[in-house]
Amino acid sequence: MKWFWYASPETFYPLAGKIARGCGIAAAVLMLAGLYVGFLVAPTDAQQGEAYRIIFIHVPAAWMSMFLYVVMAFWAALGLAFNTRLSGMMASALAPTGALFTFIALWTGALWGRPTWGAYWVWDARLTSELILLFLYLGFMALQAAIDDPRRADRAGALLAIVGVVNIPIIYYSVQWWNTLHQGASVSLTRAPSMAATMLTGMVLMALAFWAYSIAAALVRVRCMILERR
Amino acid sequence: MTWGSWSEFFAMGGYAWYVWGSYGVTFALLGLEVILLMKRTQQREAKT
Repeated sequence: MKWFWYASPETFYPLAGKIARGCGIAAAVLMLAGLYVGFLVAPTDAQQGEAYRIIFIHVPAAWMSMFLYVVMAFWAALGLAFNTRLSGMMASALAPTGALFTFIALWTGALWGRPTWGAYWVWDARLTSELILLFLYLGFMALQAAIDDPRRADRAGALLAIVGVVNIPIIYYSVQWWNTLHQGASVSLTRAPSMAATMLTGMVLMALAFWAYSIAAALVRVRCMILERR
Repeated sequence: MTWGSWSEFFAMGGYAWYVWGSYGVTFALLGLEVILLMKRTQQREAKT
């Protein structure tokens, strides 16, 4: 395999364009399918009524916010280790989309918390650690924006991104480690999901849509950065 | 089918603000990111 062939920004540029186009189309189709299942197929929840329909964007957005951070830190670490130009650009390209999904997770969570818990916001372990994640993304972006030399900005940002990874397991396990208002995971790899099949289908479709969207957005952004840094 | 009419659909069983507030902001932000990225791409490609 010619992995290092694509590590060069010039050869990666056209490939990124093709992948971005495919993922962008996939994201649009999956989103429409997810909305269809989420609003027209999935039944009303017995306990929460229609308010539960926020789940179809809240949970996938929260997954993406954590996952994108790990991917971002991975690229940042790769850039530090091998000093490849593209790695640092990939990390920077993921940050705004990651921050966006973190904000969406918090926003939809607030609008879901109000009818179910009676409050838009509580200083609960899950909510607080997710808010810290938003600040980590914003801090990463602000730090990189403050340094003029892109190679130095990459290295400084990488350090921040890697240290911040410690927050990801804290978010994920916060509902087990602390006595939180936020409910535990409804979906896990080890046991059957505790929700109706159609609800799960809608959530998985939206999660796949957000995946495809994130890949497309990050690749379009990295293409711009390749042109800007040339 | 869960909904009897359009107005029932928009009312979301009394949770309209919460449900549409969530979906509206989410898709507005995603759309904004797409527009900004398209603009940035156009600008960069015009320069080269």
